[in-house]
Amino acid sequence: MGSYIVKRLLVLIPVLFGMTLIVFSIIHAIPGDPADTILGEKATEQSKQALREQLGLDRPWLEQYTAYLGDLITGDLGRSIRTRAPITEEIGPYLAATIELTFASMLFAIIIGVNAGIVSAWKHRSWFDYVCMLIALVGVSMPIFWLGLMEQWIFANKLHWLPSIGRMNQRDPLESITGFYVIDAMLSGQWSQLWTVLKHLILPSIALGTIPMAVIARMTRSSMLEVMQSDYIRTAKAKGISQFLVIYRHGLKNAFIPVLTVIGIQTGSLLGGAVLTETIFAWPGVGRYIYEAISNRDYPVIQSGILIIALIFVLINLLVDLLYAWFDPRIQYK
Amino acid sequence: MTQASLGTGSDRPAKMVRSGPWRDGIRLFMRNRTAVVGLIIVLLFIVLALIAPWITRYEYTAQVLADRLQPPSAKHWFGTDDLGRDIFTRTIYGARISLWVGFLSVIGSIVIGTLLGIVAGFYGKWVDMIISRVFDILLAFPGILLAIAIVAILGPSLQNALYAIAIVNIPTYGRLVRARVLSLRQEEFITAARAIGVRDARLLFRHILPNSLTPLIVQGTLGVATAIIEAAGLGFLGLGAQPPEPEWGKMLSDSRQFIQTAPWTVIFPGVCILLTSLGFNLMGDGLRDTFDPKLKNR
Repeated sequence: MGSYIVKRLLVLIPVLFGMTLIVFSIIHAIPGDPADTILGEKATEQSKQALREQLGLDRPWLEQYTAYLGDLITGDLGRSIRTRAPITEEIGPYLAATIELTFASMLFAIIIGVNAGIVSAWKHRSWFDYVCMLIALVGVSMPIFWLGLMEQWIFANKLHWLPSIGRMNQRDPLESITGFYVIDAMLSGQWSQLWTVLKHLILPSIALGTIPMAVIARMTRSSMLEVMQSDYIRTAKAKGISQFLVIYRHGLKNAFIPVLTVIGIQTGSLLGGAVLTETIFAWPGVGRYIYEAISNRDYPVIQSGILIIALIFVLINLLVDLLYAWFDPRIQYK
Repeated sequence: MTQASLGTGSDRPAKMVRSGPWRDGIRLFMRNRTAVVGLIIVLLFIVLALIAPWITRYEYTAQVLADRLQPPSAKHWFGTDDLGRDIFTRTIYGARISLWVGFLSVIGSIVIGTLLGIVAGFYGKWVDMIISRVFDILLAFPGILLAIAIVAILGPSLQNALYAIAIVNIPTYGRLVRARVLSLRQEEFITAARAIGVRDARLLFRHILPNSLTPLIVQGTLGVATAIIEAAGLGFLGLGAQPPEPEWGKMLSDSRQFIQTAPWTVIFPGVCILLTSLGFNLMGDGLRDTFDPKLKNR
């Protein structure tokens, strides 16, 4: 396992370099003078020159890139053009909000998706199976930004069951300890606030988690159908073990490996989908941070936001690869 | 020999069943009911997009402020938006944009991805290493995020959104073709072709490429669904089509503030995105089942 981890980490090095190169090139690939694009044509030459100096655009390209890499290694993501604050400090709360939302969405997707897939395979060709697979099929094709709008309309505007935007009630703010509001509310023992935080999480998590839920349900079903025809399952059934135990204890264990890969891939894609969901639900996460930066042409923030999300995406994929190899040791020897 | 060609023993001459991989494929596909539903949905949108000027009497840009935010009626089937524009008209003209972006971006991704995949798989060594690492790097970004970055560089427009979606999806097709070429390279017919002195270019484009088409068609069909959703997503963020283009994602973002008073402004464009994407996904699933029956349960 140790050599496999080292091999996977070595493969990651060129990918990380390439990622930084792409992100670094965002400003440099802007057609014409980036200072013109960022500040607008009406800006004075003096302010444009100041911006070029701040972003290092007046230096040779290679020098800029090595300086950029050096800054990244020391954890310096530069300064926002709009707020002038260091991005490393600014991005923390946004990152916590995105991680909390992604986690809640994945929890929803896994709990519903895995169980729907299992029951569909168990009750193969029943009405439950057909309904579940129809929902999964529609779920895979769902534009999440539209689903989010529909949720807001039905559950917030019409039924008034759940809040439509934000992470927390603005009039009753929560004292931030870790940045993760669910944990903060529990740590401070404010249970009514915990309920408010959870209510704010429900709609965006469902919107963001619907596609992964559908993909996981489809994969679990197909994987379970395959496993349930195995000899050892037949043996377990012959021994008189209850259907429930056969499925959840014996079947799921082996059917879970391909499902795990899908979970990993979907967790990564959630980070991309977060840009749209956070925009709709005014969720103060990295996705919204990037969206606002695009509107304000705040390129250092766009660069850093994209780099951070891509980095998390790569790390999740690495973790999934390692877990995959841990679940199925044959992978390591291929 | 099939029973059909041998005759059935009756006086009537047996009906000859023409066979061949493509004919068999079409026959199998047409037997798959959900795939046929997908095909019908897609064809319906294609026809609507083509005959749009003949089935509506409104212009998609025509504003009638006196008719703003009217609910669906015989006059305006899908109602009107905040500028009094007919939503049905805008929706069917929007199908033109979405299908155009979907097809064109997928064709672009397939052409570039196939060329890179073939070169990487066929020549191997450092060429393969460089191309594969570029694919890895592009795949290290969540798709929509990379598309956002590309549009942020090029500037928001429908054309740039199309380029962005095409670039983002190149590695998917490139990897697919590379893997196919790697396995085909070991086949006897390729070794035989090489032995009789067939040139590389001919080998690649006359022998290897035609044998890689099936997975590309399946992935391409599913890819159109993804491209349509991605284009609508970029449009929703204001990074795709610009006003007054009736792009579905842009229509959603322009109307979201009226969702409480005029929900039809948001419902119909969204349903269209969902249906076209569903249609292509059903077709893609059907094609995959047809060409690779082992994956039928997935």
